[in-house]
Amino acid sequence: MIIKILGTGCANCQKAKALAASVVAELGLDAVVEEVTDIPAIMSYGVMSTPGIVIDEKLVGYGGVPTREQMIQLLQQAGA
Amino acid sequence: MSTSSREMTAKLSLVDRLRQGPQTDLSAWATVMAAALIWLALWGQLQGFANWLSYQVLGLAEGSHLGESVAFFLYDVPKILLLLSGMIFLVSTVRTFFSVERTRQLLGGKREGVGNVLAALLGVVTPFCSCSAVPLFIGFVESGIPLGVTFSFLIATPMVNEIALVMLFGLFGWKIAGLYMGTGLLVAVVAGFFIGRVPNVERGVEDFVWQISMGQAALQEAKPSWRERFTKAWQSTREIVGKVWLYVVIGIAVGAGIHGYVPAGALADILGKEAWWSVPAGVILGIPMYSNAAGIIPVVHALMEKGAALGTVLAFMMSVVALSLPEMIILRRVLKPRLIATFVAIVGVGIIFTGYLFNFVL
Repeated sequence: MIIKILGTGCANCQKAKALAASVVAELGLDAVVEEVTDIPAIMSYGVMSTPGIVIDEKLVGYGGVPTREQMIQLLQQAGA
Repeated sequence: MSTSSREMTAKLSLVDRLRQGPQTDLSAWATVMAAALIWLALWGQLQGFANWLSYQVLGLAEGSHLGESVAFFLYDVPKILLLLSGMIFLVSTVRTFFSVERTRQLLGGKREGVGNVLAALLGVVTPFCSCSAVPLFIGFVESGIPLGVTFSFLIATPMVNEIALVMLFGLFGWKIAGLYMGTGLLVAVVAGFFIGRVPNVERGVEDFVWQISMGQAALQEAKPSWRERFTKAWQSTREIVGKVWLYVVIGIAVGAGIHGYVPAGALADILGKEAWWSVPAGVILGIPMYSNAAGIIPVVHALMEKGAALGTVLAFMMSVVALSLPEMIILRRVLKPRLIATFVAIVGVGIIFTGYLFNFVL
């Protein structure tokens, strides 16, 4: 699966990216974590409050760094 | 996958449960109430604690320069930090009821005037980080919200922020905090309105902005539970207090030094009402200062005790938070230099006007 973190490089976007990567490693998922910083690309998902989280082209969250348990849930749901 | 996570839940020890915090709405409310009681108890002990520490433990003489400064510092630091944590938690909880996406919907289709007022008010309660200013700007413009209304939002958000309000309330009292909030909102409404009236203002927006087509965020937003609201509010309280506490401590230390050592009235000549140029000078000086907003208010408070005028001081503070260099650099990605200059000029004039108003009317 492809996990995209939408953000303009802000501190919270970095946090979200690190969290996603660490949860992927913890759950042993076959996934890549990418960062999308291009404004038109971010806007194409309809996100105004960064960081946004996109899993396999589906927007699953925006406007803040999810907690670890939320992130685990998001990735498990997407993987199932 | 789900069986293993269920096993994990079953194996949670008491320690893990405590670390995870409350699990139900009821226990979350109970936790918040208990915290509020502890907060109130601490609040009542502040002055006694500061006096005991400076005069009994440290053995400083009451009435001496050093004694006064130290007691002042030891009273103000815990007071402001306590106020900050409480207030930020409260504001953060209120903010869980708002989102940028909802604000955009509420502002869509509003005329200028009404739109400017609503935008300024929503700017105060909408959770928003200046790092998202660019997507927010594009999102607003895309859905047809007038530029001037968008600017009212962007001006109010940093200007009427909870940190500035708490510091003003804690050091100057509720009247000046209220005055600041009222005039801050007024500047946001009026400056936004005038920016919208500038001829051909749309041309000041970078061309690519008009070409972006925005997707629809098809995200089902579940209504969060109280437990989730409080957890989120607690998270952002820790984050914000963790970020500003050092500025507060340094600011209060400098303020305490001024309080104890600078003679009363010493600054009346340069920062008093009679010095007409001090208002614009304060506004210009405030532009490069940004991250130190929490540290500046205690210093300014001490300056006012020594004869600086209220309007001068308020204008300086507004400039520090509303006209910041970092934010202009962020906005440069969507605005041409000409529009940024217009923005700074109109907001700057609004702030200077506010400063003179207070200096001469009050």
